[in-house]
Amino acid sequence: MIALIDYGAGNLTSVKKALAAIGADVFVPARPNELEAARGIIVPGVGNFGATRALEAGWTNAIREHVDLGRPVLGICLGMQWLFEGSDEAPNVSGLGILAGRCYRLNNGKIDNQTRLKIPHVGWNNIDIVRTAPIVRGVASGEQVYFTHSYVAPITAETIANTEHGEKFASIVQRENVAGVQFHPEKSGEIGLRVLRNFMELAG
Amino acid sequence: MLSRRIIACLDVRDGKVVKGINFEKLRCAGDPVELAQRYNAEGIDELVILDVTATIEARRALSETIRSVARELFIPLAVGGGIRSADDAAAIVDLGADKVSINTAALDEPSLITKLADRYGSQAVIVAIDAKRNGERFEVYARSGHTPTRRGAIEWACEAESRGAGEILLTSIDRDGTKNGFDCELTASVSGAVSIPVIASGGAGTADDFVDVFTSGRADAALAASLFHYAETNARDLKLHLRDRGIPVRL
Repeated sequence: MIALIDYGAGNLTSVKKALAAIGADVFVPARPNELEAARGIIVPGVGNFGATRALEAGWTNAIREHVDLGRPVLGICLGMQWLFEGSDEAPNVSGLGILAGRCYRLNNGKIDNQTRLKIPHVGWNNIDIVRTAPIVRGVASGEQVYFTHSYVAPITAETIANTEHGEKFASIVQRENVAGVQFHPEKSGEIGLRVLRNFMELAG
Repeated sequence: MLSRRIIACLDVRDGKVVKGINFEKLRCAGDPVELAQRYNAEGIDELVILDVTATIEARRALSETIRSVARELFIPLAVGGGIRSADDAAAIVDLGADKVSINTAALDEPSLITKLADRYGSQAVIVAIDAKRNGERFEVYARSGHTPTRRGAIEWACEAESRGAGEILLTSIDRDGTKNGFDCELTASVSGAVSIPVIASGGAGTADDFVDVFTSGRADAALAASLFHYAETNARDLKLHLRDRGIPVRL
């Protein structure tokens, strides 16, 4: 069973449907202690980093325990940013902190209308894979996936793929059993489903 | 590099895809789920389902269409038409839509944009603007292009952005269904005024019309309906043409 964390940041329908399409059993836990039953945890989410405040205390501790047991976690979009220490978007809210670094506004929020580097970064863009990892098994460098976000995670030693929109940012990260994708695998066609299947394999 | 998006629009009425000219003279173009599957296979980047019905029975048929498309396709899906309230939007989101497109309701009650953006995030809120040339300016029309609002398209797009819209779907009423090309002047003036993506709509007839709207029209995405329905072109051939003209696309 895969636990899909609902902390009120956007709707879960699309993620649920994509997981159903690859044959995953999914449940949405009502309380942190229900995570004990999960082989894997997915933290989805869109919108403001401040929404992750709902994960403080109980959820954060339960997710950390799950990670310590060696079970996998996948963060999607805002859920990936939450794996880091925090974000300039909501400076008073802490992230899970399993990945080092802070998230920040893409291109410092600057919009260049001549080159059309608009913010938010919305649409299909390339992932350039810089390091191999289980989460990108079967995914070729240069494939396109669907993004919609204004804040980004820094490029660090845990970066598996980066993407460029004005500047380069981390679009896929993985550190042992913790992975994150800035794009929406549930909306990125076959490539996205492939990434979700890779996560399911990590979950065993 | 961020690709320019090609979006297919399905105008759905009584469970069937229909398409008109200048917002009138509807004719039937097929089954929405079959068309959506075909477009997906051909490499479309995104789908818009536009409800052009009004009756309760037809709404239920539409729900089934949205559910079926969302179950099988894993690309962004936007739904518009007849969304009057936050509850209407919630129903659409629950069926599996990633974005809701609001038009007349946003004009009547601009705070609805903020309400939806707060609830689902700006990325889920498209404000659709139907604009028509009126002398020197572009006037916004409500109620499927029937009611002039005296608002200017550029001002309204800026207001929609400041209220939390994540994208603008900009349709030229003058060009809708004519295949005479997008209104690049309208598109460029709105796209240059807002920082959120602008989807150009209305008038797609040839692959070069897309080249024009992505260059002089400064569009972030372009939408077409009948061009794809009647298989005059498909997303893949169109994108190959765009790539040859130096426009970044997903292939």
